[in-house]
Amino acid sequence: RAEWAWPVKKTLSKTGVKNIVLVDGVRTPFLQSGTTYADLMPHDLARTALQGLLNRTGIPKDAVDYIIYGTVIQEVKTSNVAREAALGAGFSDRIPAHTVTMACISSNQAMTTAVGMIAAGQCDAVVAGGVEFMSDVPIRHSRKMRKTMLSLNKAKTLGARLALLGSIRPAHLAPELPAVAEFSTEETMGHSADRLAAAFGVSRREQDEYALRSHSLAKRAQDEGLLSDVVGFKVPGKDIVSKDNGIRPSSMEQMAKLKPAFVKPHGTVTAANSSYLTDGASAVLIMSEEKALALGYKPKAYLRDFVYVSQDPKDQLLLGPSYATPKVLERSGLKLADIDVFEFHEAFAGQILSNLKAMDSDWFAKTYMGRTSKVGSPPLDKFNLWGGSLSLGHPFGATGCRLVTTVAHRLKKEGGQYGLVAACAAGGQGHAMVIEAYPQ
Amino acid sequence: SVAVKSLGSSEGLKSEKYMQTTFTWTHVNYEIKGDVAVIRISDPNSKVNTLSLQMQKEMTEVMDEVMGNSAIKSVVLISSKPGCFIAGADINMIQACKSTEEVTRLSQEGQKIFEKIEKSPKPIVAAINGSCLGGGLEFAIACQYRVATKSKKTALGTPEVMLGLLPGAGGTQRLPKMIGLPNAFDMMLTGRNIRADKAKKMGLVHQLVDTLGPGLKSPEERTIEYLEEVAIDCARGIVNKKLALTKEMNMMQKIQDHVMSYSFVQNRIYSTVEKKVLKQTKGLYPAPMKIIECVKAGMEQGPDAGYLAESQNFGKLAMTPESKALVGLYHGQVACKKNRFGVPEKEVKTLAILGAGLIGAGIAQVTVEKSINTILKDITEEALNQGQHQVYKGLNDKTKKKSITSFERDSILSNLTGQLDYSGFEKADMVIEAVFEDLAIKHKVLKEVEAVIPPNCVFASNTAALAIKDIAAASKRPEKVVGMHYFSPVDKMQLLEIITTDKTSKDTTASAVALGLKQGKVVIVVGDGPGFYTTRCLAPMLAEAVRVLQEGVDPKKLDSLTTGFGFPVGAATLADELGIDVAAHMAENLGKAFGSRFGGGNLELLKTMVAKGFKGRKSGKGFYIYQSEPKPKDINPELKEIVESYKMMPNPAVSSDSDVQYRLISRFVNEAVLCLQEGILTNPVEGDIGAVFGLGFPPFLGGPFRFVDNFGADKLVEKMKTFEEVFGNQFTPCQLLLDHAKDPSRKFHN
Repeated sequence: RAEWAWPVKKTLSKTGVKNIVLVDGVRTPFLQSGTTYADLMPHDLARTALQGLLNRTGIPKDAVDYIIYGTVIQEVKTSNVAREAALGAGFSDRIPAHTVTMACISSNQAMTTAVGMIAAGQCDAVVAGGVEFMSDVPIRHSRKMRKTMLSLNKAKTLGARLALLGSIRPAHLAPELPAVAEFSTEETMGHSADRLAAAFGVSRREQDEYALRSHSLAKRAQDEGLLSDVVGFKVPGKDIVSKDNGIRPSSMEQMAKLKPAFVKPHGTVTAANSSYLTDGASAVLIMSEEKALALGYKPKAYLRDFVYVSQDPKDQLLLGPSYATPKVLERSGLKLADIDVFEFHEAFAGQILSNLKAMDSDWFAKTYMGRTSKVGSPPLDKFNLWGGSLSLGHPFGATGCRLVTTVAHRLKKEGGQYGLVAACAAGGQGHAMVIEAYPQ
Repeated sequence: SVAVKSLGSSEGLKSEKYMQTTFTWTHVNYEIKGDVAVIRISDPNSKVNTLSLQMQKEMTEVMDEVMGNSAIKSVVLISSKPGCFIAGADINMIQACKSTEEVTRLSQEGQKIFEKIEKSPKPIVAAINGSCLGGGLEFAIACQYRVATKSKKTALGTPEVMLGLLPGAGGTQRLPKMIGLPNAFDMMLTGRNIRADKAKKMGLVHQLVDTLGPGLKSPEERTIEYLEEVAIDCARGIVNKKLALTKEMNMMQKIQDHVMSYSFVQNRIYSTVEKKVLKQTKGLYPAPMKIIECVKAGMEQGPDAGYLAESQNFGKLAMTPESKALVGLYHGQVACKKNRFGVPEKEVKTLAILGAGLIGAGIAQVTVEKSINTILKDITEEALNQGQHQVYKGLNDKTKKKSITSFERDSILSNLTGQLDYSGFEKADMVIEAVFEDLAIKHKVLKEVEAVIPPNCVFASNTAALAIKDIAAASKRPEKVVGMHYFSPVDKMQLLEIITTDKTSKDTTASAVALGLKQGKVVIVVGDGPGFYTTRCLAPMLAEAVRVLQEGVDPKKLDSLTTGFGFPVGAATLADELGIDVAAHMAENLGKAFGSRFGGGNLELLKTMVAKGFKGRKSGKGFYIYQSEPKPKDINPELKEIVESYKMMPNPAVSSDSDVQYRLISRFVNEAVLCLQEGILTNPVEGDIGAVFGLGFPPFLGGPFRFVDNFGADKLVEKMKTFEEVFGNQFTPCQLLLDHAKDPSRKFHN
């Protein structure tokens, strides 16, 4: 029978569902915020990623049907940053563009929106990407000051204007800074991560070890030239940037010296075992398989099933991967052991280790996820082997595309067939996607 | 254990076994983790830990063992019960004492144990999660270091004053030194609970620990473990001198401490506090003054005098009728937090409220707070808007006070639907009507509602005076009709009076009680009849108050006589708060039902006031005038003229201040006893709770029944008979009261 001839691992292709492929993906170097990109604007980074994608793929500037970008902290002048970036990148001005936001899984949302559009037959080729620029964030006047200033516009007489100006008090001048804190709970993410690590009994040492692993693996990947998604960036007035600059393998001793950053004095999350504020942008070209082949591309991977999940933003803020992983595997009919390449977003070492423990706990699966048993913990020898957000950096809106592109590259390099991306996000949300290697 | 003992003595082998079991601690145990002993406390027979005799005995034994073990360098003290460190001393232990000396001895034993803790050469860290109250707090502050969780359940406090007692195990001596005189007095004199964050700011605890969410164990379990881990680190830190025991003070605190060290500053504080206490207690509550006395003794004459004053005053207070009354109320309150009608068949998941007035909106607020879907219906948009605003404001005030976040406020509010029609009533599990007190209107809404609600839905009527059976007469299913009498303001007043008719089913009652308890109410269940229990007790007292006014006593004097007796609000102010129209309506209805017994004051006086628009606080004028500032209020100048036209000549034989007070109180008490006699009340406990929590009957008297027990039924009857001769049947003692008067051994409470 023909069955004997089937490969060991079957393709995840489903009848009646379009095959959608990742043609290629690129990103700017991820830089610690306040460094070389400091004087740019978000759309500059996004534009650079788009240009890089154009150069890398050589796609005609009008062959793209739609552009979608993800971002978290919006520059108010360029709230639809996708459009501003696309115009400057040289794409045809006839290509519509929109921007999405879903915290740290914003570019995942951009990609899955693209997948949806292609699957629905509305588009054949979509560029998805993400950008985050933390070197400059919108700092606002206080609400009272804003109210006064808005009233000032409407004041007709000089007297009315003076009266309004006279109502300003020194306290009104205090600015409002955006915080990496949950609006609903007012808790900062680092604080939540520290509590999560404590809840799962993850020690400071484990976290430091994991962070050190991330930096060491990233360093090796950088040195070996594996981070081929990075495109160089000639920053106006500055040097060409061609490498991520936050990779800094330290020693356990050095890391142990740091004081806890959020929960004082007994917390375990420190600056060294957390991801840091990063500037960067990413972009991927997604097509229907037919279209890619028609244009003469050799796609890198199939984008298969994906899920979004959400949980309690207070106590389960960062557990998205634990909830999303079993769900997406179930959709694909796969088991954890079938996955060759894992790329999980590393918000905090404590968050990753907590998720690994949650996924390895039958009690957690039964008590909180309503499942009959645990999905299992991904083996570390398949896990984030080229570094992760802790070391490479984490521009909130851009990380998702980096994860997907990295899975595609690793599948090729390591000869695997299935990859899994998972990430947590503010709001207690999460995402996972299964990626299948394109046949060589 | 007697049986075991006799067995043990007859057989040597079993005797050995017996010895072993007696030395197995049941309340306290400890585990050695490296060089730290972790002492865990958990009372196996209760949801909370109390410092019972058994607990104290085991604690002493465990401490001795730990102190004697040279491998142990420091100690962590923690409770393994979620939500409770130590809730206080065992009240029953104090109640069991027969004399002042016995209680003083108890106090001294407690002092000794905690002195040993304080002087321990091995640092002891108290790890606090949940309630840390009374003796529990005194234990904690005797330790060298305190770590507490930020859990909402964590509360530190000295509630002894609310039981007419004082912190009798060193609290009056240690607290002022630890947190300063003003804070210590605030805690000890109000008895209020201090939350973790505040405790840290006050210097009551050294370090806070976050509560944890889901992990590899339940959040509660893992939070306690985490607390223990942090506390162990602290204990080691103290031994290694890495952790300082003295708190870091900023400049302000240093200046404050310095200023406080002057005796004239201290004296100033004492006199200010004493004045404030006297003003608030009218000298009726002995405990607060004793607390000040103990603090003063310690500060001025040193610790020996301080501890002695504390133990002696503790002994004295425990024997006072005030303390016994307050302890009685505590027990009563605990009893009224239980549902003696069992678990209802169906839990109320959707509640509909008719009428968005003060009461209706108040009920809505306390319901949405418990995440119950609540429909608030009125007939006009204006009334509905006002009601919804009241709920919002009630919750937003909590946000301002930071007891809930704005997000929690919004999320709570999402349970509320305001509407003008009956949509959604088909899903209601219970409907509470809070419409105008008019039988015809109540019948109308009852019929309308019964046409739209499902068959198992309970119909509850919030009324202060109408008999429930009269309302139920219009019902197709009287077994589902019950009365739920809330008190205004609903979010502040603790009492809920539930009224059952002969036809009300047990499940309907169970359901109403369950909802009330969920809303955080203290619930009494009484029989049906005009005025039920609370209104019926209040009406004769108000009638008497009107007569007193007619006799020429002005409202301010009347108020001071009632508050001087211990009511939190004076009779005239109470009537203004209630609404003069409501009071008149109530007096008229009950007068019809009960006849001349409810007479006394002339009802026409109230009616004239209503006719002139003096409806009390809500209309701006009543006995008093209400301007934007609530205090100080002036007597309504137009009142004099009205009173003049209903003037009565006082009889000097029964018109002294004290006579007036007893005229007011005896009518209240007699009616309460009559309610028990007639079976409106099931038991005296609910009678006392209803009177204190619903009507403000003086708490230190413990309620009308406790009052009769303590005052003496015979003495009360004697007073009433004097009044009866002058005024007639309004003062005729009821049979049950006469029975108690005849036989002094008969008491309402044992």
